[in-house]
Amino acid sequence: MTSYDYYSIAYGALATVSLSLISIVLGVPLGLGLALVRWSRLPVFNQLTIAYVSIVRTCPTVTLALLIFYALPVVGISMEPVSAGILTLTLSTAAFNTEIWRNALVNFPQDQYDAALSFGMNRNLRFRRIILPHISRTSLPALVSEMTLQVKSTPAVAIIGIVEITRAAIRVGARTYEPLPPFIFALVLYSLIVLAFVKTQRAVERRFAPPGDH
Amino acid sequence: MNEFALVWEHRDMILIGFQNTLLIVVLGTVGSLVLGVLLTIPLMSRRRGPALIGTIYVDAMRCVPFLLFAYLLYFALPSLGLDFDNWWTGVVALILYNGAYMAELFRGAWANLPKELIEAGQAYGFTGWVLLRRIILPPVIFAAIPLVGNQLIQIVKDSAFLTIIAVAELTHEATSLQTTYFVPFASFLAVVFLYWLTCLSIESTVGYANRLAEVRR
Repeated sequence: MTSYDYYSIAYGALATVSLSLISIVLGVPLGLGLALVRWSRLPVFNQLTIAYVSIVRTCPTVTLALLIFYALPVVGISMEPVSAGILTLTLSTAAFNTEIWRNALVNFPQDQYDAALSFGMNRNLRFRRIILPHISRTSLPALVSEMTLQVKSTPAVAIIGIVEITRAAIRVGARTYEPLPPFIFALVLYSLIVLAFVKTQRAVERRFAPPGDH
Repeated sequence: MNEFALVWEHRDMILIGFQNTLLIVVLGTVGSLVLGVLLTIPLMSRRRGPALIGTIYVDAMRCVPFLLFAYLLYFALPSLGLDFDNWWTGVVALILYNGAYMAELFRGAWANLPKELIEAGQAYGFTGWVLLRRIILPPVIFAAIPLVGNQLIQIVKDSAFLTIIAVAELTHEATSLQTTYFVPFASFLAVVFLYWLTCLSIESTVGYANRLAEVRR
């Protein structure tokens, strides 16, 4: 393995990290929005969200990427591989995030909600000041573990031609006939990315720990 | 709607892919469950050596995406003198990869097992293999059922990655159908529907197994 090979895999890491981050930044709020739709039992939208979560949660990411990249042009929406990749990863992580947020909402303590009501907080304020901080804290571990799964599902977009860590490592392995060195280098890169997420989680947990919880 | 008619006409291709996916998933499930149980034993061992090796294996699998691991086996198995075709390479990759995740689930359930249960078993003279088989493993497996269900869905989803090493599974057949007749919408939608059905039936089976386990507890 030459230094250029290391460089090409590390360059793939850039794609892995940015695809993961973009889809997380889009997918976490989208999941929250859908969880709120579920929570408020908005008619029609509630059923649509249930169907979306159930189907996308069970759909392999590779298949979803193929569907979005090859099938959407048929109905007049054609996309570059990168946008199709981002859309795939966002839709798939949002489905899981919806369930995580919804679980936190369902378990939100009723007494805190009633207290907010009795203080005369309006709907918006109640959500922003009382509910959101609480559910963010309780959802964080599950959200981060979904993020690390998300990092590991990014290779799915290799099938529509995006070169990320896995695809770059496979290329090097196929060219040099020595699959082990690029594999180990890729494994190290993935571990570092996953570790970065876990460390960030710990830091955020410490920073936003409820007062008196130290 | 023409597209759907075309896919229906060539449904035998999709069905062959579906059959392959189901077979791969069943083999992957059975294999990874067995491997998971076997791996849990060194993970929970009080001796440092086996525990360390088990932990390194499980952690490495948990850091690597399935596709990368499948590719490693695809290239590495022949150079080890193991002449597997793509299909069996895919199955072996699914087993080795998901076996590590299963082991982690069982380890979690084992660690949560009340100490009294094991001590009571020992007090009745159970030791070694019999203690493991009769006292420890049944509650561990029962407790892990819901999480195992999630992992089974993961196996179904991982199996789609095998299209990239040219295993004739469901997604692969849909892709070849779409490249031959240009019916991307209908073929991929049909396949997504079949994956959904598969996972729904897994979920209901696991739910049923869980209720049975609740009764036994």
